[in-house]
Amino acid sequence: MSDGATATAAPAAQTAAAHADPHGSVERAATTVPTGRLGIWWFLASEIVIFGGLVTCYVLFRLRHPEWGELAAHTLTPAGAVNTFVLLTSSLTIVLAHDAAARGKHRLASQAMMQTLFCGAIFMGIKAFEYGHEIAQGFTPVAGLFWSFYYSMTGLHALHVLGGMVAIYALQRSVARGEHLRRVEYVGIYWHFVDIVWIFLFPLLYLASRG
Amino acid sequence: MNPVAEAPAIRRPAPPAPAAHGGDDAHGGHHEPESFWRRYVFSTDHKMIAKQYLFTGVFMALVGGFLAQLMRVQLASPGAEIPGMGAMHAGQYNTYVTMHGTTMIFWVAMPLLLGAFGNFLIPLMIGAKDMAFPRLNMLSYWTFALSTVVLLGSFFVPGGASPVGWTAYPPLSANPQYSGNVWGVHLWILAVALEMVAFLMGGINYITTAINLRAPGMRMKDLPLILWMQIVASVIFLFSAGPLVAGAVMLLLDRTAGTGFYNPAAGGDPLLFQHLFWFFGHPEVYVLLLPGLGIVAEILPVFSRKPVFGYKMILWSTIATGLLSFVVWAHHQFVSGIDPRLAAPFSLTTILISVPVAVTLFSFIATLWKGSIEFTTAMLFALGMIAVFLIGGVTGILNGSAAADIYIHDTYFVVAHFHYALIPPVFFGFFAGIYYWYPKMFGRMMNETLGKLHFWGTTIFVNVTFLPMFVMGLRGYPRRVYDPTQFSSLGDMTLMQILATVGTAGLLLSQVPLLINFFGSLRWGKVAGPNPWRANTLEWAAPSPPPHGNFAAQPSVYRWPYEYSAPGRAEDWHPQHLPSGAAAEGSRS
Repeated sequence: MSDGATATAAPAAQTAAAHADPHGSVERAATTVPTGRLGIWWFLASEIVIFGGLVTCYVLFRLRHPEWGELAAHTLTPAGAVNTFVLLTSSLTIVLAHDAAARGKHRLASQAMMQTLFCGAIFMGIKAFEYGHEIAQGFTPVAGLFWSFYYSMTGLHALHVLGGMVAIYALQRSVARGEHLRRVEYVGIYWHFVDIVWIFLFPLLYLASRG
Repeated sequence: MNPVAEAPAIRRPAPPAPAAHGGDDAHGGHHEPESFWRRYVFSTDHKMIAKQYLFTGVFMALVGGFLAQLMRVQLASPGAEIPGMGAMHAGQYNTYVTMHGTTMIFWVAMPLLLGAFGNFLIPLMIGAKDMAFPRLNMLSYWTFALSTVVLLGSFFVPGGASPVGWTAYPPLSANPQYSGNVWGVHLWILAVALEMVAFLMGGINYITTAINLRAPGMRMKDLPLILWMQIVASVIFLFSAGPLVAGAVMLLLDRTAGTGFYNPAAGGDPLLFQHLFWFFGHPEVYVLLLPGLGIVAEILPVFSRKPVFGYKMILWSTIATGLLSFVVWAHHQFVSGIDPRLAAPFSLTTILISVPVAVTLFSFIATLWKGSIEFTTAMLFALGMIAVFLIGGVTGILNGSAAADIYIHDTYFVVAHFHYALIPPVFFGFFAGIYYWYPKMFGRMMNETLGKLHFWGTTIFVNVTFLPMFVMGLRGYPRRVYDPTQFSSLGDMTLMQILATVGTAGLLLSQVPLLINFFGSLRWGKVAGPNPWRANTLEWAAPSPPPHGNFAAQPSVYRWPYEYSAPGRAEDWHPQHLPSGAAAEGSRS
């Protein structure tokens, strides 16, 4: 995703490791991958199978129910499209934050993280509007299996967005002081993952119309 | 063929000096935390967290064992008055079945095998100061502790704990109108989900630590087998727990929000839950088996003074077991109306998985061949694990083949099989491990006489309990029956039920020597010294018990962990951290 930035980050990252606090720190990296990055990838592996389980169930049911295509037409596709755009923009800003952090520019990184948070908030706002609109039309989570899947999958995703926002906010406060710069990469990887999940959810739940 | 000759890389270039990494000076002041709370309760030290998992797991084992005994009393004498409880009713029996299974798998096996031994051994055996993420480690234990409170708390809510079986199949679990239980099942789902989250955090930590914090000179193929098995077990858990978490969320939504994921009337499918559950549930068997085998793999070479036979074969078998474990789950559904064209491949993969496991067991037996075997309690339990597990493994072939399984499904044969498959890794493995690593954990030796009493009691009564169940199962005795007197065909098997009940009572009593030994030796045990067994792996290079930060100086690694009785050496052992030529210090200290 951001190989160039990673390559420049490596030396800075190693100095950061040597001076990290005694509790959350790396002793030594037997591989060339920093321990924190390794941890976050294994974390994402476990997240992939959680969403994977839900998506697989949905796809199997969807194949059995071609009529769900018409139900999907009741979702607000334009709102979902705008949200996709917003979320992808937030991926750009978190990459910019990572790049700035790798170059040691902590103020710039902190600003880009604030922009990411802003995009996340817009995403959550639009999502809340969509839920309100759908529920007002009677498409509640118990209105049928399609809507059950719709609310549990987008709901779980929204919880992950919220969790990511909390993590970015907590980290942003340290980054603004010039601390924990290497961790920007880790929240960034997580944030990209949440985006990618949305890239799957959007066509599955909004776009695919006919079985 | 001399196994020593195939020991990988006796000669190798000197490992890089530890100072090259420079990280050690930066936080060299690894101070022992002083306050009681930081030191014993909210500790980030992997050894303290291991002990927290250990004591929680042992406590829950007593709870689970007590529930088992209550069930056995009911089956041996239906309607009998139990002192302090009165006669048992059907709902209570179902609760005990559910909570016994849940407790033993998630709150005993997981914390003891992965929580206690994983946490204790991984940093020590790779020469690290602590886990990669010590605070995540602490969070993992306390999430687990919370899940324990939720699980035990569910006994005291209105309606009592969950009665819907440890597999929680819908529709029974999905709609309170069938089970009559609202809060017990809610809390059960919540407790299991929290437990999963705790061990996901733990697993990420174990894998990352073992991959990245290895001492200078330690390659992945110098890892002791138990660490490989802990890694593979953690990876299996990581990739299988997700679907169950998704499935549990859907179950909870079905129960609370009124969705219909598992309700055919709403377009859902109850079989979906079985797939999600067993996609996790069957790999979980190997999550528990592998660390048990790993403990045996560490103990056999030490007490037969021989290198482990076929290190690489065991390693690849472990990985193959891990991969195959993901393609066997539907053998739990041979009688759920599964398409026979699907039953055949699932039979095949199920039976196929016995091949890598058998390779591992045969390698263990070959390790013993012509060794100078010393029958310590740890060694006895390791050998017992192999022997008892063989019965579980062989009977698994019958369950795995669809044709035979359709006959024995949901009988006591299955109950006997999975107890023979799970008790060896979970309990024999744990006992072997605790007798072996107790000196390192607590700095003192355990008593061998009490240990042998414990071993023989346990081994005899496990068989007294579960061997009759094979016979009962083949004669058609169904499992999960509350009152066998309702079926005239089961009347002549009462004697075998009584025998099994005597077995569990004996099994519980056999644990008394262990408890006496464990707590007594804390105070009166002989002082152990750093390496009482003359073993090679790195944990024995640290003081007993190791201080905060484990090693006085960063150890380097010069060879694989199983170099015993190498020709041309004065000693029959050669610790991993000693340069070639250096004599092992002291013999038995």
